[in-house]
Amino acid sequence: MRLYQLIRLTCLAGLLAALLASAIPQATAPHEQLSAYGFFTGDIARQLPAADVTPYQLNTPLFSDYAEKLRFVRLPPGTKATYNSDSVFSFPVGTTLIKTFYYPHDFRDPSKGRRLMETRLLIHEANGWKAWTYIWNAEQTDAYLEVAGDKQPVQFVDPKGKTVSFDYIVPNQNQCKGCHNTYEVLTPIGPGARQLNGDFAYARGKENQLQHWIKAGLLSGLDDVSRAPKAPVWNDPQSGTLEARARTWLDINCAHCHKPGGPASTSGLFLQIAEKDPTKMGVMKTPVAAGRGAANLLYDIVPGHPDQSILVYRMLSTDPGIMMPELSRKLTHHEGIALVQEWIKKMK
Amino acid sequence: MRYFLLIGLCIGSTSFSATAQQDIQKKLQRQLILAEDGSTVEFPAGTFQLSSTLSLEGKKKVILKGAGMDKTILSFKGQTEGAEGLRVSNAEQIIIRDLTVQDTKGDAIKTMQVSGISFLNVKTEWTGPPSKDNGAYGLYPVQCKQVLIDSCVAIGASDAGIYVGQSRDIIVRNCLARHNVAGIEIENSLHAAVYHNEATENTGGVLVFDLPDLVEKKGGHVKVYENNIHHNNLPNFAPKGNIVAQVPEGTGVMILATNNVELYNNKIHYNNSVGTAVISYYMTEKPIKDSLYTPYPAAISIHNNDYLREAVKFQGKGRMGLLFRFKLRFGKKVPHILYDGILNEQWVDSNGQYKPAYRICISGNNNESFANMDAANKFRNVSRNVAPYHCNGPQTEAGKLSYQALVK
Repeated sequence: MRLYQLIRLTCLAGLLAALLASAIPQATAPHEQLSAYGFFTGDIARQLPAADVTPYQLNTPLFSDYAEKLRFVRLPPGTKATYNSDSVFSFPVGTTLIKTFYYPHDFRDPSKGRRLMETRLLIHEANGWKAWTYIWNAEQTDAYLEVAGDKQPVQFVDPKGKTVSFDYIVPNQNQCKGCHNTYEVLTPIGPGARQLNGDFAYARGKENQLQHWIKAGLLSGLDDVSRAPKAPVWNDPQSGTLEARARTWLDINCAHCHKPGGPASTSGLFLQIAEKDPTKMGVMKTPVAAGRGAANLLYDIVPGHPDQSILVYRMLSTDPGIMMPELSRKLTHHEGIALVQEWIKKMK
Repeated sequence: MRYFLLIGLCIGSTSFSATAQQDIQKKLQRQLILAEDGSTVEFPAGTFQLSSTLSLEGKKKVILKGAGMDKTILSFKGQTEGAEGLRVSNAEQIIIRDLTVQDTKGDAIKTMQVSGISFLNVKTEWTGPPSKDNGAYGLYPVQCKQVLIDSCVAIGASDAGIYVGQSRDIIVRNCLARHNVAGIEIENSLHAAVYHNEATENTGGVLVFDLPDLVEKKGGHVKVYENNIHHNNLPNFAPKGNIVAQVPEGTGVMILATNNVELYNNKIHYNNSVGTAVISYYMTEKPIKDSLYTPYPAAISIHNNDYLREAVKFQGKGRMGLLFRFKLRFGKKVPHILYDGILNEQWVDSNGQYKPAYRICISGNNNESFANMDAANKFRNVSRNVAPYHCNGPQTEAGKLSYQALVK
């Protein structure tokens, strides 16, 4: 064995020892294993919610490299979330939001099974929301806490029958707040009136989620579901106009950063659904600190010309110095971008 | 600390396997996540190959300390994730010191929403030749308060080497900025002192800008003094969409649409387009839709600087180049100080001059050649008479740092 090999081995051993030795001091220690929380009944990999856990879905979800997601919420016994018409619900302390990311081995045939990648938790503690990520083991028997993020090779067959292989990225704990951030406070993004106002196939049958939450005693402040706002489903033309769907897609994919008080507020580009000012939405707006992201283009959105719009250019890219969103994306969401391109093309 | 030394040994001895590289990435990231408030995270000497952003979030009084500039090198060559090398956010009194960050895909070190951020003896660089494919910013504090950038080096940024944006109470001193499009840039920031720096071989040496459509609308109160700003003649390599892509190669100092800037006692030598330009945002020919934005420079004082240039034509390209070639026709005698002369009518007195609070003052400079380009009237009446600008301009307050005691 040569000296450098010896050094390398010693070094790796040292690294591993160091990795194993670093325990995590916490005010409220999270469990090391996902199973310890008791969110699920039976085989944890089947993701069947326990009695006090409610599954939900969003009308237009965030794109995460084509991963499928299972979402659940657990409220403390006897408590309710409070309805807000224009933002995420206020959840009581003690609430946990649970999101599991998985890939079907073959998108054309769910019966071929799936691979669970990670389960992310947002836990509402007395001093605010905390984010924890659990990575599933290869045996799919449990998921384990990991604060430093990870990278795992993934392969699946897409709906067209094409095999896709890439490195799936599990974010580190700081990166959670890279998106879940309003005025530097960690906040949930999805579960609000607009996004939950749609049907869910519950075990007992299909029902509007807001209706279900009211009936199950999970939501206060809303009596009449017909008065709640409703986000369209981005890829369902029946659910909303082109503009409404494109704006909604941008809202869920971009506005957690691109909103007042969000991490991208430095750019002056605001993509939340409530934004009415065309310049702030990017129309003929010059970039501020886009660097290579601006390429040779001059404006974020050029009406009629998606190919001249920086917004589209950055969403198409997978170069970390150019791409948007900056985190948790390795692939391009061609279908979502096509929607935004169409919207820009028809923009006057 | 034992395993640190081990890592130090490993580096350079051999290339790491991908697994080991990921272990280092995780290990460093874990340290930054677990760092207690008030603690120091030490990076040992050596070159660390990293594939993803390292981030520090929500901490107080943490020091990130390397073994020295060029001794601890965080290399992001081949970076696959994250828009920057090192990112610090939502924190208080953070010190980054004695290390080098190399070859990031995006910005090298970005700090956002930090109150009290010091960069000491830090280098950010792109190691290849200047290229539009380099990241935008080297040292990049944005929306920060109490910013100190001291004895740092920034090389090769495709936008600005040292860039302070939307921040307040700032000191940039003893730094070297080289081979960037903009050497040092203060943008939409309040109360900055920029002194004892060298900006050389950039496209533009020092820029003080206020841009529209931002959250922090109004910067200003910037002192730029006792700097050596020379030979900033590098061809502009910024991607076209960025504002700095419009900075002509050969620019010493550019003051754009901001206010209360005092530029004095600088050596501004051999910047072969223009020593100092004072211009409004209209010169960018970009639309202004921000009703709360003031596109005019105001209360600017340029005094006691030393100007020198070679007898060469204006070096800038594009429309600016055409303007100089066919319209202004200064030939090889381009004035050191250029003012676009576009006035805000609301600030003008009965004599057609700015009221004292808004004046552009120029005095006591060595080689004080000047031109008002009369840009508002299609450059018809270019005036080289500097006499109307002989006045005492604003004495602006410099950056104030209240946590100096922290800086060892």
